[in-house]
Amino acid sequence: MRKILGSAALAVALACGGAHAQQIHVKVGVLTDMASLYADDTGIGSVIAAKLAAEDFMKTHPNVKVEVVSADHQNKADIGTNIANQWFDVDHVDMIADVPNSGVALAIAQVTAQKNKVFVASGPATSDLTGPKCTPNTVHWTYDTWMLANGTGKAIVKNGGDTWFFLTSDYAFGHALERDTAAVVTANGGKVLGAVRHPINTSDFSSFLLQAQASKAKIIGLANAGGDTINAIKQGAEFGIVAGGQKFAGLLVFAPDVAALGLKTAQGLMFTETWYWDLNDGSRDWTKRWAKERNAQGKVPSMNMAGVYAGTLHYLKAVAALGSAADGKAVVAEMKKIPTDDPLFGKGTVRIDGRVLHPAYLFEVKKPEESKYPGDFYHVRATIPADEAFRPLKDGHCPLASG
Amino acid sequence: MFEVFGIPSTALFGQLLIGLINGSFYALLSLGLAVIFGMLNIINFTHGAQYMLGAVTAYLLLNYAGLGYWPALVIAPIVVGLLGILIERVFLRWIYRLDHLYGLLLTFGLALIIEGIGRNYLGTAGLPYTLPDSLRGGRNLGFMFLPNYRAWVIAASLLVCFGTWFIIERTRLGAYLRAATENPALVRAFGINVPRMITLTYGFGVALAAFAGVMAAPIYNVSPNMGSELIIVVFAVVVIGGMGSILGAIVSGFGLGVIEGLTKVFYPEASNTVIFVVMAIVLLVRPAGLFGRRT
Repeated sequence: MRKILGSAALAVALACGGAHAQQIHVKVGVLTDMASLYADDTGIGSVIAAKLAAEDFMKTHPNVKVEVVSADHQNKADIGTNIANQWFDVDHVDMIADVPNSGVALAIAQVTAQKNKVFVASGPATSDLTGPKCTPNTVHWTYDTWMLANGTGKAIVKNGGDTWFFLTSDYAFGHALERDTAAVVTANGGKVLGAVRHPINTSDFSSFLLQAQASKAKIIGLANAGGDTINAIKQGAEFGIVAGGQKFAGLLVFAPDVAALGLKTAQGLMFTETWYWDLNDGSRDWTKRWAKERNAQGKVPSMNMAGVYAGTLHYLKAVAALGSAADGKAVVAEMKKIPTDDPLFGKGTVRIDGRVLHPAYLFEVKKPEESKYPGDFYHVRATIPADEAFRPLKDGHCPLASG
Repeated sequence: MFEVFGIPSTALFGQLLIGLINGSFYALLSLGLAVIFGMLNIINFTHGAQYMLGAVTAYLLLNYAGLGYWPALVIAPIVVGLLGILIERVFLRWIYRLDHLYGLLLTFGLALIIEGIGRNYLGTAGLPYTLPDSLRGGRNLGFMFLPNYRAWVIAASLLVCFGTWFIIERTRLGAYLRAATENPALVRAFGINVPRMITLTYGFGVALAAFAGVMAAPIYNVSPNMGSELIIVVFAVVVIGGMGSILGAIVSGFGLGVIEGLTKVFYPEASNTVIFVVMAIVLLVRPAGLFGRRT
């Protein structure tokens, strides 16, 4: 009797297992900034991007059911960690996407590794995510501080901007960006004259700008993002920074920031991004779909949102190949095995440390008279190939890479 | 050129002036709050949202009506002030007799609603608004470059602050107002329409916030969050000055701007916190604020 019961149980288990393999359920959680300084660069736009990825994937893979949920981490690491725990333990979320704000992202990377789920980072900048703090459960899409520093910093030093002063956002992201850029500047023969660290979400930059002005540095490097960058550039124009012969280097500027500044103020600004909505046909088509969902006048998608789309799509491919999303480490290993391919970033690879390699572009903001239609913001000044755009593996000190 | 604690004096003077400019915004905003609290006994947490509405109205006027900075400086406060009057008539007048807490919660809720609507339609990255052509450029003072616009901000703010103080403390109208808050029944017995006067006072306080908003539009990021970022600091300024004290709001507004400016030179990381440290100290030493009356 016991034997019969035992084999019946085994049969049921097998049957369930078989059924499970056919119908795969995946839950993607977009953890982002919904209402504060990064909300227009990520936020609801990132949620839409994840939904578009799910939609596209389900069309070609009817056996995969993808659900997208979202939450606001309010730029606080403790709130973000709580949501992640709740998602992983109670709500059966398999993967967390986006997470702008490096401070929050570093915390999420740890939680994800502990629970053996997947973190596809597109929002955060710190290169530590694929450096000393790398985990076998993190994949970092879109950009990082090293790539920004290398792309923008190198180009500017080579054009004669060899003395720098930094306005740095006083948290993990700003510090990483300043560190990486200063290294590039000195390596290329430039000099860093000083830096001032301002609290995140500062509205008045005039006193910091005065200090930058007094430093007589040729280049004022903005190691900040979102609303902070906008305020600094806007007030810099007023204080005659550019008229006085100094130049801004926006180390992290997104297309929505340029929209907020207006071309009149932003013209001539040079910075590095890995994606721009008007780059090619694939991007333009995707942007049309995105804009229809976003349904707000004058909004353009940022590279973070594109990264959420591409990252989610690639994650789903890996899950479908494995037939299950249960083992986060295995899914990430699969993501590293298959090459990336999507209409936004093209073909690329995921490196052993979790870094996604794709090309980057040096953009310059157009003059108002050069802009032909809404959202026509950039000239492409240079293309940095994928193998040069990101930090060499050996320099990152990621424990995964050293074996 | 001499040095103070390792900082060149020229840099120090520059920072002092910058502090005064930021203080102008604190003073303008805390002035409106003080007027409203002094006359209506309402802690107006919608003030930040109304400041934001001033800036957003300026943006809308420019882009949809083709009206520039100067017309906006007059029209936006009137429009937002009328909106304030509506809020007073519909909501606030029912709760004057209740505890302060009810007014605080009601106005806080209104602020959340207004800002939420703003975020929904405008996003958070901000709206472009440039300097008026007539105030472009600046002059070199030797120790710093002073943009013309900032000079105008100080002048306008001082003028408005002094004007408001003068009306409330030195004119007959101000005397009626102050009397009405002390003893509304008696003032009404003299044939003065007290409820209307209170409504207009609220409208005026709100218009002051909108005025500050238009002043801020060309230099700060115009976004639905701009008010909530500032309002906490401004409340600290009002508490330091003494709740409801007009002179206290003005003096502590300018004073704290300067203190904050100096912090940005000596220890920039603390520049967001220094005002609250000052607030804690003032509350320990003088619980009613620097210029407040003990009740």
